[in-house]
Amino acid sequence: MCGIAGIIYKDGHHNVGQDMTRMLQSMKHRGPDSTGYALYAPPTENVVLRYTTANTTTPRDFEFQDRLKRNRAEAERRIQGLGAKIVNCEQETDYAFRLTLDYKGELKALADQIEDISDCEVLSLGHSLEIIKDLGDAETVCAQYGLEQFQGTHAIGHVRMATESDVDISGAHPYWAYPFSDIAVVHNGQLTNYFQWRRRLERNGHRFNSECDSEIIAVYLAEKMSEGLSLEEAMHESLEELDGVFTYICVTADALGVAKDEMAAKPLVLFEGENMIALASEEMAIRAIIDHEIDTYDPYEKEVLVWTR
Amino acid sequence: MDALTGESNIVYDARGLVEPNADVPKISSIDGEKAEFDAQNLTTRQINLELRWLINEQGITDVTVKNPGAKHSLGVGLLTRCKITFDGSLGYFGCGIIDGPEVHVKGRVGWSACENMMSGVVVVEGNAGSLTGAAMRGGDLIVKGRLGARTGIDQKGGTILTMGSVGSMTGFMMQRGRQVICEDAGHGLGDSMYDGIIYVGGKVKSLGIDCVPGEWTDADTEFIDRKFRIYELGTPPTFQKFVCGKKLYNYDNLEASERKLVL
Repeated sequence: MCGIAGIIYKDGHHNVGQDMTRMLQSMKHRGPDSTGYALYAPPTENVVLRYTTANTTTPRDFEFQDRLKRNRAEAERRIQGLGAKIVNCEQETDYAFRLTLDYKGELKALADQIEDISDCEVLSLGHSLEIIKDLGDAETVCAQYGLEQFQGTHAIGHVRMATESDVDISGAHPYWAYPFSDIAVVHNGQLTNYFQWRRRLERNGHRFNSECDSEIIAVYLAEKMSEGLSLEEAMHESLEELDGVFTYICVTADALGVAKDEMAAKPLVLFEGENMIALASEEMAIRAIIDHEIDTYDPYEKEVLVWTR
Repeated sequence: MDALTGESNIVYDARGLVEPNADVPKISSIDGEKAEFDAQNLTTRQINLELRWLINEQGITDVTVKNPGAKHSLGVGLLTRCKITFDGSLGYFGCGIIDGPEVHVKGRVGWSACENMMSGVVVVEGNAGSLTGAAMRGGDLIVKGRLGARTGIDQKGGTILTMGSVGSMTGFMMQRGRQVICEDAGHGLGDSMYDGIIYVGGKVKSLGIDCVPGEWTDADTEFIDRKFRIYELGTPPTFQKFVCGKKLYNYDNLEASERKLVL
C-alpha cells in the first residue's frame, strides 16, 4: 500500500522534520516496514553527504562490527583522497553517517568512490537535500536520527509496505536521483515498464542501488531535467512514458511537484494554504499538522502540479 | 541496531485487529434525544462504538460528532433512521453500508465514501475522493464540492448528485440509479454501464464504451427539479443526459420463461 507525503513552505524555513514526522506517523498503518525522509535545509556552500556502511541484509556475524569500522575508515580515506575536507561528521547509528564536506569536485565521483566499498550506500549528496531512511515507524526513525529539530523549507516522506523488494534500507524511499544532486522522489504504486526503463537508463550510464521500481522515477526525471526540461515538463513527459498505476512526489532544491497516472488509482489529498502546501496519501496526515478545519481535494487523473518556493 | 530487526510495535489482538480496545467510551453529553461527543482522542473503533451505543441502546436520534479528524471508516454499518452530523472531515470508507441514517458531513470525505449505501441521505459540504458511492444501492448522496475518479462505480441504485465536477471513469459498470453532475466529467464517462442515467451540466472529456446520449423527457426534468428543491441547491443548470447504448453485452429479448428453455 505505502503512504507518501510532501510539504513546502512559502515563507521561509520551518520545523520541517517535526511536521513530516507527524504526517508520516499518522499514516503508519499504510506501511510499517520502513520510513524515509527527504528534507531540504537552506542551501549551503558545503556538500552534505549521508551514507550507510551496512544494510539489513548484511550478515550479522562475529566480524560485523569490525566491518562497520573498516567501511567507515575506508569511506573517509576515499573522500579525503578526492580532495574533500571533512568539516563535520555525525554518526547517527552504528551504520549511518552525516558528513559535511568542503568539496568542489564532481559529486558523481564522490558517490562512486563510496559505493565501491562493499555494503556502503550513498543516501543523498547535495547542498540542500538530506535523505534519512531506516526500518521502523516515523517516530522511531525521527528519534534515532534527531530529526525533531530539523529546520527546512520543504520535504517529502514515505512509509513503506514492501511488496516488490526486500525490507531493507536500500528498498526504502525516498530515492535520490543519482548522480544529480538535490533531487528526490517518493512513490506509491507500481511501474509495469520498470525493466525497460532501467535498461535504457543504465545504457545512459546510470546505476541503481535497489531493485525497487520507484528508483527509476528519480533518475528518469533528473535525466530529463539535465536535457533542458523543467520539472513540470519532465513530470508531464513521465505520464506518457512510465506505465503503471502510480502517484509520485518529486522535489528539487526549490520546488515540489506531484503527478498522478491516467487512472488516478493511487490516492493523494492536497491542501493549498496561504503559507504552505501539504499533500499526502490520506487526509489525516495533513490534519496531523493543521489544527483547524481546512478545504482539501484529490488531484484528478493525469494531473501534474508543481509549486516553487 | 534495533531499527534493523524489522519488528514493529503495533499491538494486535487475537483476531488481528489493530485496536484491541472494544470498550464503549460513553463520553457523550446527552440532552433528550440529542447527543454530542468529541472524537479528537478516540480511535475509529471507539467512535463507531459510541455511535452504536447512542443510537441502539440510548434511543438517541440526533448525534453530533465533533473533531472527526478525517479518520477512516466512521459511521459505517448504521441501520437505523437517525440524524448524524460530523463536524469536520471523514477519511476513507466513511458512511459505508448504511441503511437509513441522514448524515451531514461539514467537511470533505475521502475515498470510497458511502460504499454499498442502501438507503438514507448523506450530504457532504466539501469535496469527496475517488470511488464515492461505489456499489451504492439506494438513498441520496449529495456532494456540494467535487468528486474524484470512478464515482459510482458499479452503482446499483440511488442518486449521486454533485455540484462540482467528477474524475475519469465515472459511472463505470453502473447498473441502476442516477448520477447528477453539475459541472464537467472526466474521460470514459459511463464506461460499460448496463443501465441507469447520468446527467452532466458541463463538458464531458470523453464517453466510455457503450455510453450514449439519451433522449430528454419530462420525467428527467421533474426528477432534477425535485432533487434541487429538496436539498435547496438553487437553480439547476442545463444538463445533457447519458444512458447505456446496450450494444456491448448480449442483451436479448427473451422472456424469463423462454430463457429457462434456452438455458
